[in-house]
Amino acid sequence: MSTLILRTASNYLLPVLLVFSIFILLRGHYLPGGGFVGGLIAAIAFVLHAFANGLDNTKGLLRFHPGFLMPVGLALAFFSGMAPVLVDQSFMTGLWFPQPFPVIGNVGSALFFDIGVYLVVIGVTLTIIFTISESA
Amino acid sequence: MTQQLILYPLLLQLLLAILLMFFWKKINTQRIISMLGSLVHLAVSIGVFAYIWNNGTQTVQAGSWEAPFGITFIADTFAITMVLLTSIAGLAVSIFSSGSVIGDRLRFGYFPIFHFLLLGLTGAFLTGDIFNLYVWFEIIIISSFVLITIGGEKAQLEGAVKYFTLNFLASMIFLTAIAVLYGLTGSLNMADLANKVAAVENRALVEITAILFLIGFGIKSAVFPLYFWLPASYHTPPSAVSAIFGGLLTKVGVYALIRVFTLIFVGDAFLDQILLVLAIFTLFSGALGALVQNNIRKVFSYLIICHIGYMIIGLGMFTEVAIAGAIFYLVHDILVKTNLFMISGLIYRIKGSNSMRALGGFYANYPKLSLLMFIPLFSLVGIPPLSGFWPKISLITASFETGSYWSLAAIIFASFITLVVIAKLWAEVFWKDAQEIPVKPKFRYYHKIKNIKRIQIVVPIVFLSMVTLYVGFGAEHIQTLATRISSELMNNQQYIDAVLNTQISE
Repeated sequence: MSTLILRTASNYLLPVLLVFSIFILLRGHYLPGGGFVGGLIAAIAFVLHAFANGLDNTKGLLRFHPGFLMPVGLALAFFSGMAPVLVDQSFMTGLWFPQPFPVIGNVGSALFFDIGVYLVVIGVTLTIIFTISESA
Repeated sequence: MTQQLILYPLLLQLLLAILLMFFWKKINTQRIISMLGSLVHLAVSIGVFAYIWNNGTQTVQAGSWEAPFGITFIADTFAITMVLLTSIAGLAVSIFSSGSVIGDRLRFGYFPIFHFLLLGLTGAFLTGDIFNLYVWFEIIIISSFVLITIGGEKAQLEGAVKYFTLNFLASMIFLTAIAVLYGLTGSLNMADLANKVAAVENRALVEITAILFLIGFGIKSAVFPLYFWLPASYHTPPSAVSAIFGGLLTKVGVYALIRVFTLIFVGDAFLDQILLVLAIFTLFSGALGALVQNNIRKVFSYLIICHIGYMIIGLGMFTEVAIAGAIFYLVHDILVKTNLFMISGLIYRIKGSNSMRALGGFYANYPKLSLLMFIPLFSLVGIPPLSGFWPKISLITASFETGSYWSLAAIIFASFITLVVIAKLWAEVFWKDAQEIPVKPKFRYYHKIKNIKRIQIVVPIVFLSMVTLYVGFGAEHIQTLATRISSELMNNQQYIDAVLNTQISE
């Protein structure tokens, strides 16, 4: 699989796909997209990199085990659901900042929930694929 | 913050599972977090139970979406009792797992998955939305599939495939039933469904939907023609896993059956008749199955099936007394079945075998442990004043009142066979002279393991036995509880009002 074309292309595609995954993540509140799809695209970026450069290089790039993203993402999603409870609202009620932020727009607790999902999906997908390709 | 009180048992389990995942490789830390967390969970559940007992049914609208549209969480006395029982069984099995499950299994995320399973159970009991119930069932089935395969022995995988195939089929049928119901009424909120289903003109379609629910939950709770996955799989995983499965997994199916058939599909004579017939066959076939088994854990597996019949028969007779009996039986059964599988684990640790023929001489060699095991074994039989006796009074009274003498015969027959089975087990394992069992060189026998492990294995059995004794000797309290639950279930208007008439705090 490690042809020159794929290797060169994957080096450019990795950052492009990651940025695209974040774009998909952010537009997902009202339009098609969101944490799940975004996470899958981000995972694909790393899988493509692993195809072209070998698993060890991708692992070096990541620096930590992708499985670690699972509890981090879950915790983020959990606390975004818990945040409204602290201000006496129902669990998982959407809380919003009054002013929109530049570039990303309105930010609410739903965004953090989606980021949590995004991280969990990357973690799960990469853990599964890395485990399978290690034992293959 | 008190308005969200009923969600705390749920959120605590989720938090525990997440916390445990951060310590993926550190088994000893996981052990401590799991045990302490389960203890806290028990305390929280008791607190919430006391609150519901004093203040009546509470609801939470998740995300502040109003009732028929958003997901409702509701804790009536029935739901919160089940949550309390889950946390009691959860604490016991958490301690037991810590002592009995070997490190090689724990390294693959046993404890986080265990708490995800408890999360699924707690969620299934608390939800007031039928699709959300399906989601919790999925969490339960996925976690249980991981737990049943962890370790990857050949027998385990074989059992797991049977387990997963049939439970997955059950989920599909359940999902189909939800789809049909949604097509009929356009709602998923259970309280809203209760109103809308009653108004549907096409009764035949409603009955078919009800039968779909019955099949879906029936597979999960192992009623008569649909139970074959259970004895094929429950004896394969470590006994700690069997304990939580045997204690709670089939009971969540029973819970769903009781909930759906007292709230949504109410007062249909045809359905009640089907439930009765199924229950009678379940009692007969489970009892006869238990009679011919030799492996202790298989005996207990068939007894699970048999005793599911008691709860379904109570639901089928559909009087307040009968349902009170079914609820009381449910309480007793969760505690005893969890305990029995832990006992089979202890026996296995001591002797390295679970075959009744090969075992023997327990009473002579371990008199104190034998006396301890006597409590859950004979509670199961229902020797008065132990806990299995009291619910049968309600069930028998109800079958006289409704004049269903077949039910009466089945109840008495199943009790009698249970007595025979347990007496046989007692004679073989405890009274018979000790047999020569070949010693396994690598097996970690009870006398070889550290003291702390032994304590972790015995303490949960003592704990659950004490709770069982309380259920037996304090039967008056449990009967009060069961009567209150059954009157709430029979007058489902209070449930509907609690969901649909709540004000959302701004």
